[in-house]
Amino acid sequence: MKRLAWALLALGTHCATLFGADTTVAVAANFSEPMRKIAAAFDRDTGHRALLAIGSTGKLSAQIRSGAPFDALLAADESAPRQLAAAGLADPASLFTYATGRLALWSAQPGLIDVRGAILRRGNFQRLALADPRLAPYGAAAMDVLVALKLDERLRSRLVLGESVGQAYLFVASGNAPLGFVALSQVQLDGRLLSGSAWIVPQSLHRPIKQDFVLLAHGEANVAARSLALYLRGAEAHRIIRRHGYD
Amino acid sequence: MVTTDDLQSIWLTLQLATLTTVLLLVVATPVAWWLARTASRWRAAVTALTSLPLVLPPTVLGFYLLLLLGPQGWVGRISASLGLGPLSFTFSGLVIGSLLFSLPFAVLPLQYAFESMGRRPLEVAATLRARPLVAFFRVALPIARPGILTAAILVFAHTVGEFGVVLMIGGNIPGQTRVVSTQIYSHVEAMQYPDAHALSVFMLTFAFLVLLVLAWLNRRRDRVAA
Repeated sequence: MKRLAWALLALGTHCATLFGADTTVAVAANFSEPMRKIAAAFDRDTGHRALLAIGSTGKLSAQIRSGAPFDALLAADESAPRQLAAAGLADPASLFTYATGRLALWSAQPGLIDVRGAILRRGNFQRLALADPRLAPYGAAAMDVLVALKLDERLRSRLVLGESVGQAYLFVASGNAPLGFVALSQVQLDGRLLSGSAWIVPQSLHRPIKQDFVLLAHGEANVAARSLALYLRGAEAHRIIRRHGYD
Repeated sequence: MVTTDDLQSIWLTLQLATLTTVLLLVVATPVAWWLARTASRWRAAVTALTSLPLVLPPTVLGFYLLLLLGPQGWVGRISASLGLGPLSFTFSGLVIGSLLFSLPFAVLPLQYAFESMGRRPLEVAATLRARPLVAFFRVALPIARPGILTAAILVFAHTVGEFGVVLMIGGNIPGQTRVVSTQIYSHVEAMQYPDAHALSVFMLTFAFLVLLVLAWLNRRRDRVAA
């Protein structure tokens, strides 16, 4: 009986190596929550495991250029995957937009922000947090909004910049800034605002926040990585992505 | 490759480091003096408390400072009730952060200097009828001069190299909170490596020179002692 159990166990692990493989995937920090859920569903549906390395897109691409063993990159923008492909470190044919981010003007205080975001024009606040436009696509989009509303000059001295949209969120959540531009995915789940008040910024006011996937040279022979690229376009992944406030 | 933005961040860093050094020497001297001479049972606790920034990751320090300086934190509430407005994302906020961050780098060398001189010099001063405060300023401080110098250099250099705390409470505002280290970080994150190199070389040279001066001072002191 014991021997049978061992044989089954050996068979089991053998099957796992035969059918399920591991892949290490670099993921932009803003997408970490949905990606954890997608990885769990991916494991359940395909038997492959996706191990996630989470960081900022800038840091992750610098690491990839220095030979980090990542099989794929889920970036927070379009440019980093393209640059990696141009440098011969990624497969240009594998590029696609896995999620489009939405921007929100958010405050931890309920009722502070009206649904049209008129508070920006009124300007009755001391500080406005956003991610550094040089570093983060959500920051660049936030700057687009201020320029489109012709408020960039007026509000310039009140801007506080986080190094990422995660830090911009922290500045607002801790009350150090009364309001700020964050990713809708940080403050909303299943179409409902988790706390405070927010204006969901119309996409016509800023460049699209396209987050692109690319298969890296290191992962080109990896079955699990290739399978993940397909899975990300599938219905289950799409459902999770939408739940989290991405388009 | 050094832009005016970079120059502004260098100038701001030097201002921050100078102000922190001066303030911290004033604050740390009585603490170090007390630690060097006390037999109080609080000594161990105070030692541990002042050494905390040495082992805590700067992000922890910065995170708690952010909460403390915010409208719900007690420092934020006090500054609001005094009509000073919020301290996060301001130069004053950075000074507060730097004082905490570099505290052990001032206290430890000073404490060592006070301990190593022993009680003898002050006893002699007392027999010559010098009042304690006079003895402290005219006898103890001059003897502790190498320790004070070491503390000053270390605090200055450590503040120039400060990063995690500034990143958390700064908000990257030009001329207010954008210092050299955060500017380098921005350049690297934006993949502007030539700009990052230019400022990094400046930092590297600066750090090397500081340590060189420190080693030179120590050697001279050893030679004088021998």
